[in-house]
Amino acid sequence: MKKIYLDNNATTSVRAEVLETMLPFFSSEFGNPSSLHWAGRAVSSHIEKARQQVAGLINCSPAEIVFTSCGSEGNNFAIKGTVEALKEKGNHIITTAVEHPAVLTTCRALEKQGVQVTYLAVDEDGLLDLEELEQAITERTILIAVMWGNNETGVLFPIEEIGRIARRHKVRFLSDAVQAVGKVPVDVQQAGVDLLTISGHKIEAPKGVGALYVRKGNPLTPLIHGGHQERNRRGGTHNVPGIVGLGRACELAGGELDDFQKRVAVLRDRLQQGLMAAVPDVKLNGHPQYRLPGTLNISFAYIEGEGLLLHLDMQGIAASSGSACTSGSFGMSHVLEAMGVDPMLGQSSVRFSLGRDTSEADIDYVLQVLPPIVQKLRDMSPFYQNTSGAAL
Amino acid sequence: MYSDKVMDHFSNPRNVGEMEVPDAIGEFGSSHCGDTIKVFLKIEDDIIKDIRFKTFGCAAAIASSSMMTEMVRGKTLQEALDLTNEAVAQALDGLPPEKMHCSCLAADGLHKAINDYLQEKK
Repeated sequence: MKKIYLDNNATTSVRAEVLETMLPFFSSEFGNPSSLHWAGRAVSSHIEKARQQVAGLINCSPAEIVFTSCGSEGNNFAIKGTVEALKEKGNHIITTAVEHPAVLTTCRALEKQGVQVTYLAVDEDGLLDLEELEQAITERTILIAVMWGNNETGVLFPIEEIGRIARRHKVRFLSDAVQAVGKVPVDVQQAGVDLLTISGHKIEAPKGVGALYVRKGNPLTPLIHGGHQERNRRGGTHNVPGIVGLGRACELAGGELDDFQKRVAVLRDRLQQGLMAAVPDVKLNGHPQYRLPGTLNISFAYIEGEGLLLHLDMQGIAASSGSACTSGSFGMSHVLEAMGVDPMLGQSSVRFSLGRDTSEADIDYVLQVLPPIVQKLRDMSPFYQNTSGAAL
Repeated sequence: MYSDKVMDHFSNPRNVGEMEVPDAIGEFGSSHCGDTIKVFLKIEDDIIKDIRFKTFGCAAAIASSSMMTEMVRGKTLQEALDLTNEAVAQALDGLPPEKMHCSCLAADGLHKAINDYLQEKK
């Protein structure tokens, strides 16, 4: 059976060049980079090289990169570390209703400890009202946390404009860029962000490694207390193979960024247009232009996403669904709910996320396989009458 | 995640469709997740002679609907009313705990069709 992986926003495979770079650090180069002796010294320079590679991709100084274990740690560290470090200054956070759970759940946990959080609404395209954002800032605001690109819809927020607002009001700005780094240009100087989250496994580095950019002069209270690693910012022995892999992945992604963006966007558009032409009553979720190049979130009216995903899976196609009737609230994703998507259509949503390896043949296979599955499921749906255009 | 029986009934659901002249129709929607079933019955001498369904929902909801139709075809109305959601889930070799509510759809939709039918006959 063909195997087509269109769930790259969930995770990616480790790229061959990345794995190759990592392998010696499991065996011959096994030292602890914090050790003074030969074994440690042999490794520590590679950690610093990786730091430069990550810094190079987002245009910061290497000293501003803190290696973490994942994107969730980065977001927890950035938010909790800011709240603790700036508790004399204030206790108000501004974020959006569509952030990744790593940000939203952290904010909700902090609310229980007395932190005030404003969750900004989005419009039907998934975009923010920047005036509303600016008006939400008070004297007690210590952090604005707005993601760079949305994991479910791919919607890109105007990070530079938000950065200017944050600067104007002297409020710290965190952007969760887990889905954006390596896929679209991310320049922390141009964007005016103070904190930025990176995850390895979204960009063909392994799982279990990430990085947090912390602008110089923005002290953060550590989340993980321990040894002197990462200039006392993050305790714990370095995940050397992971860090080396992350560095290499960032270097490769940076060199191929222009090509990647163009190529993947063409394939994504081919998929989108093909599905819209072949299947009636579909709806695109997310702004058509301000979007990550490889993400397509689309609803197929009258059917439930899970059934479609399982049928696609049986044909070798891996995609994902924002819906799960375990999540309550009509099984709708919090992102689509915030966008005001009709609950029935929200449940019908499927996310395809393309990667560097996605080919035109992959897309054409999906275009061939998917329409009959939708029809089969529609034929068993009580909401579907065989007259197109009834519900949209 | 799902048993082979669930996947079988989900991939090849039995008795999908509608009826031109049903003796009873029941529509039931879950307030929990929005899943909805529509059940059509052909009834003779208080026996379910034929049954069809349409379901909007996840694989567990579709498989439960299909299994339910198999379990009550040819049964008396009372036997059908005695069918529980748990029995449907058991016949499917179980459902993941978080999906148990999806099986409620099937028996509840069936019971609604039968109760409406009996109410009208009175």
